[in-house]
Amino acid sequence: MKYLSSHEWLKQNGNLAKIGISAFAAEELGDIVFVDLPEVGDEVIANETFAEIESVKAVSEVNSPVSGTVVAVNEAVVDSPESVNEDALEAWFIEVEVTEVSDKLLTEDEYQASIE
Amino acid sequence: MLTIYDRSKNGRHAYEMPTSFVEEYNLGKEFLQDKMPELPQVSEIDIVRHYTELSSHAYGVDNGFYPLGSCTMKYNPKVNEIVAGFDGFNNIHPEQPVKSVQGALELMYKLSEQLKAITGMNMSLQPAAGAHGEFTGLKVIKAYHEHNKDFKRTKIIVPDSAHGTNPASAALVGLEIVNVPSNDDGGVDIEALKGVVGDDTAGLMLTNPNTLGLFDANIEKIAEIVHNAGGLLYYDGANLNAVMGVVRPADTGFDVVHLNIHKTFSTPHGGGGPGSGAMGVVDKLADFLPTPIVVKDGDSYKFAEPQYTIGKVKNYYGNFLVLVRAYAYIRVLGATGIKDASQKAVLNANYLKYKLGSIDYQKGRKCMHEFVLSMEKVHNETGVSALDLAKAMIDANMHPPTMYFPLIVHEALMFEPTETETKETLDDVAVKILEIVKNAYSNSEYLKTSPHTTYIGRPDEVIAARQPILKIEK
Amino acid sequence: MSIYTPHTKGDIKEMFEALNISSLDDLYSMVPKGVLLDKLDLPEGVSQADAEIEIKKMAGKNHIYSAYLRGNGSYYHYIPAVVRKMAERSEFVTAYTPYQAELNQGILQSIFEYQTMICDITGMDISNASHYDGATASAEAILMCSDKKRNKVILAPFVNDDTKVVFRTYLNSMEIIEAPSKDGKVDLAGLSALLENDVACFYLEQPSAIGIIEQAKEIGELVHSVGAKFIIKSYPIALGLIANPRDCGADIATAEGQSLGLPMAFGGPYLGIMATTKAMQRKLPGRIVGQTVDSRGDKAYVLTLQAREQHIRREKASSNICSNEALCALITSMYLATMGPEGLNKVAKICVNNAHYLQKELEKVGLKRKYDVEFFNEFVTTSDVLANKILNKLDQNDILGGVMLNDFDILWCATEMVSKNDIEKTAKLVGEVLC
Repeated sequence: MKYLSSHEWLKQNGNLAKIGISAFAAEELGDIVFVDLPEVGDEVIANETFAEIESVKAVSEVNSPVSGTVVAVNEAVVDSPESVNEDALEAWFIEVEVTEVSDKLLTEDEYQASIE
Repeated sequence: MLTIYDRSKNGRHAYEMPTSFVEEYNLGKEFLQDKMPELPQVSEIDIVRHYTELSSHAYGVDNGFYPLGSCTMKYNPKVNEIVAGFDGFNNIHPEQPVKSVQGALELMYKLSEQLKAITGMNMSLQPAAGAHGEFTGLKVIKAYHEHNKDFKRTKIIVPDSAHGTNPASAALVGLEIVNVPSNDDGGVDIEALKGVVGDDTAGLMLTNPNTLGLFDANIEKIAEIVHNAGGLLYYDGANLNAVMGVVRPADTGFDVVHLNIHKTFSTPHGGGGPGSGAMGVVDKLADFLPTPIVVKDGDSYKFAEPQYTIGKVKNYYGNFLVLVRAYAYIRVLGATGIKDASQKAVLNANYLKYKLGSIDYQKGRKCMHEFVLSMEKVHNETGVSALDLAKAMIDANMHPPTMYFPLIVHEALMFEPTETETKETLDDVAVKILEIVKNAYSNSEYLKTSPHTTYIGRPDEVIAARQPILKIEK
Repeated sequence: MSIYTPHTKGDIKEMFEALNISSLDDLYSMVPKGVLLDKLDLPEGVSQADAEIEIKKMAGKNHIYSAYLRGNGSYYHYIPAVVRKMAERSEFVTAYTPYQAELNQGILQSIFEYQTMICDITGMDISNASHYDGATASAEAILMCSDKKRNKVILAPFVNDDTKVVFRTYLNSMEIIEAPSKDGKVDLAGLSALLENDVACFYLEQPSAIGIIEQAKEIGELVHSVGAKFIIKSYPIALGLIANPRDCGADIATAEGQSLGLPMAFGGPYLGIMATTKAMQRKLPGRIVGQTVDSRGDKAYVLTLQAREQHIRREKASSNICSNEALCALITSMYLATMGPEGLNKVAKICVNNAHYLQKELEKVGLKRKYDVEFFNEFVTTSDVLANKILNKLDQNDILGGVMLNDFDILWCATEMVSKNDIEKTAKLVGEVLC
């Protein structure tokens, strides 16, 4: 599993990848009330915003660790945004067919160190 | 409480129409609705009982202390309500012949003159709210630069302490926002400002005093920097209650101003509106004002269209009945009274701040018409947050101050008592607040679950946002 | 000193002592001396009694006609006495926005009820708590529909003139196209030709700005066929009788709420009504009240979905609206509750009856309709005689005739406040001019 310093995680599986946010980020955001995701077929660009998360009193941008095309969107997260608070590492947002990977990726250890 | 729909019963009605003796005309079936809307069916006494009950679960300035920082919840004079209720103001159509509405035009003209005396600017009374005035003012700034073929000027500089409407308005106008950091006093960081101005600067939006309630003494320097770079200076008039009659925005270098008539000029907030966001500009921008403006034509009044008008920001001329109230307010106060109102607002704020000295992290520092307390220390030591303290104030029969604004102060509570509160009220409020803070150390759980004495406890805002129920399901 | 500041001399003395100052001017020591005003260039204040008399004289210089046959965006309707009275309650009038839910369940519930009633009359799923007026609500509705791929808005041919100016001011980032007309209505074939995949939305006024009832359902189908959104701005009184926006396929319904209990008041304050479908709810600007539970498990109302708004999103907010027209919305809900479905239906019918009778009587004396299509309560006449002459004659007889659209066309309006006598008198006078 890899991370961006802006708290997104990346799970790669061949040329597909799933993206979500870290447990730390979910904790910081507090109760998540809404996740605004792109649609299947949309393009995402590495290091750029592709989604937004709302808590009651704040909005946060979610950046993509990869470039590519969205092949799947996790409706469960849209229907039950609390699932992100419950298990952030399982609550994936989108699955992407990857064309390029961000050059700013951190390993799990590097990410843990960055949030201390 | 019952909803109005709970009180509904088929066949009940409260309506009555003027008697009509005209023959019926039936529209073709293809135009008609399939069924009538499911509005409530109630009798007149239901209406009265229902809204009376609802009103008893509302808290207005007429109920008690309302120290919402940045909102200027001053007393709403009743004579303003009386004059705004006159037939001659209510039952005139906006498109009546000009000769038949000379009174309305006269009032608008005289109000513009009053506001010009206070701000030093040429006014438009059209915007319906402060944010609307911001939108209008920024459009004027943009139009001015474009008129001068200065198309590169697309950036608006906004302090990070600014109210959210500032950047939102700029975005709506299509201008790019550049944030400039504040110094510890909430004032503009001069060096940082020098770093961001350039030939792409359309303007800088500022409120003075700033959102910490402090007067930025660097204002002339700031004006110089922005003007030298070719930009314009915008005054967010939300905090004008500190300096009405003491300082005129135009004299400190501002080019555009919007006023919050429902704040500074005593018109009631109505539960969220209507307000009025009258805006003003210096002479070189006057041709760009929204159309129409009221001008004098010998002894009478008429409408005129500014030569390079930006157009209209709403239908007709503005929130006229709100403007009537403002006119009455300024007329009663007059030159001395207006200045007195501001000075007493500043006096009251400083006095309350002094009484709250033991929890004031900026103790000894003079403020203007409002001040910010930080509950960070209390929060760190007891877990009781600014929100908890605010909710505990409700139990003590006070409306809380503004919470968590400005963003640059942690656990912020912003107090603006206004000039219309008595010394006894301020003394009493201070005692109650200090008591609450004391309780934070001895009984924090009670505070964290307050308020306890209100009709409802804390609402669950998470569920409200996750599973929105936005109307009565029938 | 100001009448509204309650400080006695004793108070001032004590407060000065506490603050260690000797005058009010000491409080402004940080203000650069050069900008301090000597004195405001304003007259001194007067007593409330004098102000009331003075302002009453001003009001007296405004003329209230004996009959109003002019609409065009502002309408003379009867406001029930109970509505006028209940709107005066000072807890409603002097309250702030109900951010403190525990203190303001009454206000929050009233807004929730308002939102419900707006959904009732428009057929939509969700309403906001108000916008400034019908024109700004419509402008922001159009903005709701635009995105990177769709940046064109098509306007129906007959849109209120002021509103068109507001659109040009608000929609500077979009391309505005006007659909062609045919016989006083939207030309469906012409509209079809304009609809492409880069069109964000089509905006229709129903009835149109000249009073005609458009083929909204058919238009809706055309608009949706290219994936564009359909915005209908209604005349809310008509929603007591004609098909509502939802039934005609609208994605967003807007309206000018003035005709629902607010006086004409020389143009304001009015009420911007905005309602939309569940699919677009997070794009809706303005405040919204939602239902939830409190810490005790009881029903509670609270401002919700605030993450759309400026105080959270700042420059990323889709709208900058903060203060709205809350009290006007409250008055409108009082009006709708007072009228109920039957009352709204009745007032709509009377407006239709009166307007069609007026039209017939005018036609009898030689003032012809310009378009031979069905209208609600406004219609256009045309003649060889200058419109000015006709309107002046009426004015001399204390009747406010229709709006002059151009040298020869007049847009007339009749509401329930126009009597049979008024109509017959008007026709007689017009007949005298046309002879």
